[in-house]
Amino acid sequence: MSELPSNPRTPPRFSATFDPYTIAQIQRAAATGIYDIRGAGAKRALPHFDDLLFLGASMSRYPLEGYREKCGTDVVLGNRFATKPIKLKTPVTIAGMSFGALSGPAKEALGRGASAVGTSTTTGDGGMTHEERSHSQILVYQYLPSRYGMNPDDLRKADAIEVVVGQGAKPGGGGMLLGQKISARVAKMRCLPEGIDQRSACRHPDWTGPDDLEIKIGELREITDWEKPIYVKLGASRPYYDTALAAKAGADVVVVDGMQGGTAATQEVFIENVGIPTLACIRQAVQALQDLGLHRKVQLIVSGGIRTGADVAKALALGADAVAIGTAALIALGDNDPNFEEEYRKLGTTAGAYDDWQEGRDPAGITTQDPVLAKRLDPIRGGHRLANYLAVLTLEAQTIARACGKSHVHNLEPEDLVALTIEAAAMARVPLAGTDWIPGISGQGL
Amino acid sequence: MPVVDLSKSAIRDLNRLLHSLTATTNETSWTVQNPAGQHSIAVGVDAPIEIEIEGHVGYYCAGMNKHAEITINGNAGVGLAENMMSGVVRVKGDASQAAGATGQGGLLVIEGNASARCGISMKGIDIVVKGSIGSMSAFMAQAGSLVVLGDAGEALGDSIYEARLFVRGKVTSLGADCEEKTIGDEERTILAAVLERAGVDVPTDGFRLYGSARRLYHFHIDNAY
Repeated sequence: MSELPSNPRTPPRFSATFDPYTIAQIQRAAATGIYDIRGAGAKRALPHFDDLLFLGASMSRYPLEGYREKCGTDVVLGNRFATKPIKLKTPVTIAGMSFGALSGPAKEALGRGASAVGTSTTTGDGGMTHEERSHSQILVYQYLPSRYGMNPDDLRKADAIEVVVGQGAKPGGGGMLLGQKISARVAKMRCLPEGIDQRSACRHPDWTGPDDLEIKIGELREITDWEKPIYVKLGASRPYYDTALAAKAGADVVVVDGMQGGTAATQEVFIENVGIPTLACIRQAVQALQDLGLHRKVQLIVSGGIRTGADVAKALALGADAVAIGTAALIALGDNDPNFEEEYRKLGTTAGAYDDWQEGRDPAGITTQDPVLAKRLDPIRGGHRLANYLAVLTLEAQTIARACGKSHVHNLEPEDLVALTIEAAAMARVPLAGTDWIPGISGQGL
Repeated sequence: MPVVDLSKSAIRDLNRLLHSLTATTNETSWTVQNPAGQHSIAVGVDAPIEIEIEGHVGYYCAGMNKHAEITINGNAGVGLAENMMSGVVRVKGDASQAAGATGQGGLLVIEGNASARCGISMKGIDIVVKGSIGSMSAFMAQAGSLVVLGDAGEALGDSIYEARLFVRGKVTSLGADCEEKTIGDEERTILAAVLERAGVDVPTDGFRLYGSARRLYHFHIDNAY
């Protein structure tokens, strides 16, 4: 006698709300009683440059020839008021990352790589090191709320000054550098006890609001005899008003950093839930400058999740003058290198997902102050890798610009773009592909 | 003795002149007339000179000063002597918010009162206030001494690191992680030396000392408030 077939069973089903990662977060919180801290930027899926496509030339546009015909990539930053504006050969710059968060060799490698292709690198919280000044042809000096290591000599050694109001990973948040990374040298530069968990202030100590900022910028210009371009860096949250206010306060350059922009150490809940995506902030920032008659007079740098030359080209097409990269630059140096997989596994992670930059145990020797680990990064080789990567970004952006018939990457424009999703169309203010419809702007299209 | 009249010259002209001075200049005594509350007067000076300012100044007067002795015969606006590196800045009247903010060295003397955030994020500067100071003073103060002959407002020394806060009068309240400390011989010597440099002749006995309880130095659940 044959057995009756058992009832069919459904496979185990995970909740979309309580997915495995969320469950793990709850379990971790219940076990530790404190929130999670990590590095890098937002990891959740967000509308991004991948949701945009270039149309390329066709019947109504005339393309340029492949890699032969000239397609300019140079950019001048800071020619509004500064007597010594910055001239870059590529519109891809290196974002601010501190010595402290990064090792000395990593800062040196960033300087070497950026200098090799004629672009700038940027200090971070904690002041300017000899390594990065001597290896960075063009160095932007960040002026942060903490003012760690701030002094007029370094201010005058800088090629530009970036007043940091916020950061895309944490608009409204200050910085933290955990004790593992407060080495004797870092502590001395920041005037702090060695080994403590350090907070960087979330607001500037001596100015409040845009009217004060105008006076502060005036002071910085006076101290540096009006030579240096002054940037204002904003974490993307209200990009229209923030950009307008920064320009009104006298900025030469406005930097807008979206929520995919990285951090050395911030609460996970902050990174993933505060701020807006990079794609959502560019057109608003550009609109603010256009409304003030300052677009292309006050330059706009966009950062947060720039990975490829296509991303660069899309940011420029939407109206940016340049972009900045941070996380991608670290990856180019060797961060998350699969060669260190065994060590990543010992840290409970895997190559490609390592983000505990705050712990100072980076197998690649980049986000650490451990001298043994830091030695793993050869700054010369790292610099070569970064230079290669920056060259590829530039070549890729040129390739796309030529395909769109542009003899300079700055000639790319929103009309060259369409969006794959309604969200991206609304944020980038370009039509949904195959339609004339720009949500929130045009009426019902095709 | 160079005299710059700011009713006739621009701030830019004044600062350009001051920045052109070297350590060996023989133009060591300057007078600035008619400041009229303008901002950024004598900022970024890097020379061993004396500057006498005849009147009130606006924001950031003497900002990032190195080596100079700057005296303001009037009141000072926001951020007086911010991020000062060395030298002496003295204001005969009152100072607005954030006096001596992030100062890394030198001596700031305020003969009147100072408003909120006096000595915020101070990093080695010594500040002497003959009058009282406002709220949130010495917030995140890292190093140096803040000496107050009068009273201190709310939340004194919030999130303080290793700065020393000497107050002779009443303290409205202490900020997070700030506590009263015992004044030992070392601290009394430091206090006496700062008072002497400031030219303030008062006994050290009447002061109380405040500093970091160091409970926030390491990040754990108990300090996530």
